[in-house]
Amino acid sequence: MITKLNHVSIFVLDQDSAFDFYVNKLGFKVHTDAAMGPGMRWLTVTPPEQPDLEISLMAISEGMMFKKEAAEAMRDLVAKGTFGFGVFECNDLLATYEELKAKGVTFKKAPTKEFYGFEALFMDDSGNWFSLGEKAK
Amino acid sequence: MDKIAVDTEKGFRHVIVYDISLMDNAAHLPRIYLYRRIVQAKLFIDGHYHQNIDLDNIAGEAYFSKFHFIRIFKTTYGKTPHQYLIAVRIANAKLLLQKGKSVNQVCYSVGFDSISSFSALFKRLSGLAPSVYQQQQLERQVEMLNAPQKFIPNCFAEQNGWLQKPQFSINEV
Repeated sequence: MITKLNHVSIFVLDQDSAFDFYVNKLGFKVHTDAAMGPGMRWLTVTPPEQPDLEISLMAISEGMMFKKEAAEAMRDLVAKGTFGFGVFECNDLLATYEELKAKGVTFKKAPTKEFYGFEALFMDDSGNWFSLGEKAK
Repeated sequence: MDKIAVDTEKGFRHVIVYDISLMDNAAHLPRIYLYRRIVQAKLFIDGHYHQNIDLDNIAGEAYFSKFHFIRIFKTTYGKTPHQYLIAVRIANAKLLLQKGKSVNQVCYSVGFDSISSFSALFKRLSGLAPSVYQQQQLERQVEMLNAPQKFIPNCFAEQNGWLQKPQFSINEV
């Protein structure tokens, strides 16, 4: 019986830049940052109130996981904003939106009332996008 | 984007540049202004936690009465400005402890002026004394350096060719 999701991967163009985005802008905590050999780094972060969900910031580079053409195609798609990776939750959407905007985060959509809830869309530094919603009160 | 002049509670006029999508509900506008001040106060704490911050001053800068300010801040962030400041100081203390700085050094660099109140607050918020937390973190770092595979789910390590030993396979049974 499956009980939990504990790791999920987000493919990023540059791990240093992703570190800055997820840690310094979004305020996530670094869970593991381990050097795995030349040019290889296992970097995971967790949302502030979800310490057991590790988001692995995976570099898209040629290697065992991606062949050269696949890495190039993947980088291209990510940079074009093809992939939406999930929905983050906050306590207060307007306040979080103002804060992230002040920190330079790009929003595809400002907080908007939709039939399914109050939602904004933002992009990470690579081009991956996320929905941001408000916790039901 | 559009420019909107907003009259605040105290009659100041400010020009706010805002996304047009929020203009469909005019009742939002004062709320947006309010949010900006609260968010700025939060960001001010984030950037100046290591200094001797006068929270009364922040309320003043936000053009609110102190109590109004504290109430809205707490509704937004779940903590009073004072509680939030302590939480930011402790979070930053953790980062410095992870880097091997002494408890003494950390205490003063994050803005506390007494070791005993720093240690007590650290323990209350994190469940561990600063020195114990530091020791645990430093040991974890050594392990991460010596045996990084331990920190990675096997499937990822395998896909990346990071495994050093052949793994158990069902075919071998």
